[in-house]
Amino acid sequence: MQLRYQRAVAEPQAIVECRALRKRYRDRFAVDGIDLDVPRGVCFGLLGPNGAGKTTTLRMVYGVTRPTSGSARVFGLDVARDARRVRARLGVTLQENALIEPLSAIDNLRVFGRYHRIPRAELEVRIEELLDFLELRSHASLPVRALSGGFQRRLAIALSLINRPELLVLDEPTTGLDPAVRLALWERVRELQAAGTTVLLTTHYMDEAERLCDRLVILSGGRVVADGAPLELIRRELAPQALELVVAEADEGRVLQGLDGVRRLRTGRRLVLYVPDAGALLETLRHRGDVGEPRAVVVRPANLEDVFLALTGTGLTGGA
Amino acid sequence: MSVSRYALSVWWRNAAMYRRTWKLNILPNFFEPILYLVSIGIGVGAYVSQMGGTSYVAFLAPGLVAVAAMNGASFEVTYNAFVRLNFEKTYASMLTTPIQPDDVLAGEVLWAMTRAAIYGSIFYAVIAAAGLAPLPSSLWALPLIPLTGLLFAALGIAFSLRIPNIDLFSFYFTLFLTPLFLFSDVFFPLAERLPPWGLRVAEALPLLHPVRLMRAAFRGEFRPILIWDLAYILALSAALLWIAARITRRRLSE
Repeated sequence: MQLRYQRAVAEPQAIVECRALRKRYRDRFAVDGIDLDVPRGVCFGLLGPNGAGKTTTLRMVYGVTRPTSGSARVFGLDVARDARRVRARLGVTLQENALIEPLSAIDNLRVFGRYHRIPRAELEVRIEELLDFLELRSHASLPVRALSGGFQRRLAIALSLINRPELLVLDEPTTGLDPAVRLALWERVRELQAAGTTVLLTTHYMDEAERLCDRLVILSGGRVVADGAPLELIRRELAPQALELVVAEADEGRVLQGLDGVRRLRTGRRLVLYVPDAGALLETLRHRGDVGEPRAVVVRPANLEDVFLALTGTGLTGGA
Repeated sequence: MSVSRYALSVWWRNAAMYRRTWKLNILPNFFEPILYLVSIGIGVGAYVSQMGGTSYVAFLAPGLVAVAAMNGASFEVTYNAFVRLNFEKTYASMLTTPIQPDDVLAGEVLWAMTRAAIYGSIFYAVIAAAGLAPLPSSLWALPLIPLTGLLFAALGIAFSLRIPNIDLFSFYFTLFLTPLFLFSDVFFPLAERLPPWGLRVAEALPLLHPVRLMRAAFRGEFRPILIWDLAYILALSAALLWIAARITRRRLSE
């Protein structure tokens, strides 16, 4: 107990702490004043469309990109000053796998272990563990060049775990993978989190964020446009439920009569209305005879994708 | 520079790759000197009674050792380093670990020197087996091989980090390394063929200095100008590495 107490005092609550972080490339701010607090033990998501500044933010967190201004602290250490010590305690899976393709999974793990200067005997123990944990054993001795995308991705994640990181950074961990592989990887991430690893990930899959992340921020144009727990975000930014229907743009005004303040999103012919009770709204519209054939109507819970489109995309109008 | 033991991790990565492919690489390394010696040394040499006071093939041999070291280092820091930087994202992945940009540069240069040493010493061994490397004096050539590697590693990496396109290496090889190969005392004694102004220009060429050192080692003779040759190699390498370190830090931490 005494040890735990001292550790809590020595280290701040947040594993990652960014303050007013900015990065300018020529005349454009890729990251334009971001504050982040990632508490120990959570799975924290950075969401945003392509070019929102997710990867640049990560690069500043693990100390490879120097911020133009602002600060990033990880494990309570200033990343700009202590990059080596910070990176010894975290693992990063890059968007691209960056494997040594002529070498086997085992040899890739050995090389990566050398990057961390892990003593040889200890390294072999960890390699054995990771071959099991990420199910690499069946093809562990074959050149990775010939292996499937799913295998290569699992290996890339294994590499970033070779130093038993306290913080695991995953940049779009499941992009381009089939559903079975994605589910398996999510399970591994949950297991790591259960074992005490803090996870910081970027994604533009909203289902991934909704299932994995305890907390998340949505980035757009290098700024944080929303943050919170997934459900909290949906409730706060939109409403718990969504009513989707096909309405020609010409008829939109008629449908929306008396619905002032209801947030809505148009994508092509579909109009989505966000309300506390979508079923009740549907009844109301039916009574007015404004809704066309029922096949075009969907009543569903509002999800993170709605929030994402609302905050980063175009087309959301109305409301506060 | 803040080079650390992590540079050895970078070196080790390249060595791990090479261990898988060395059988394929060694064989051409072995035949290259034989081809040169037979074609030019013995073929052309048959028409040349003497050059620089020795048989033509004996004149040619030490220069070719320096050229082998130059080539070994150059391929490593040009095509291979460019692919690691831009296509394989090797450096990006190294920089997620405690490895720093300076370690990457130092490890790559160290590896290029190793490749130069492998290339050059195989060449030397073939030449020695052919009885063209007088012992023990020509053993001085051995430390000169990685030194030549250092110089061309520094030259090549400074170039590789600056160019945006892999096709530009053909300029480096055809318009830079090939003229060096042809006009650096390897095939004929510059002092006997070039006018005074030409000799002054030649002094600026990087390959001339390792070749002169190498030939002096083979002949077992010391001349004061060799101090200038050694100083040239060390000073130019240091200056280029200083520049390369600045570019590396900038490029790898964009």
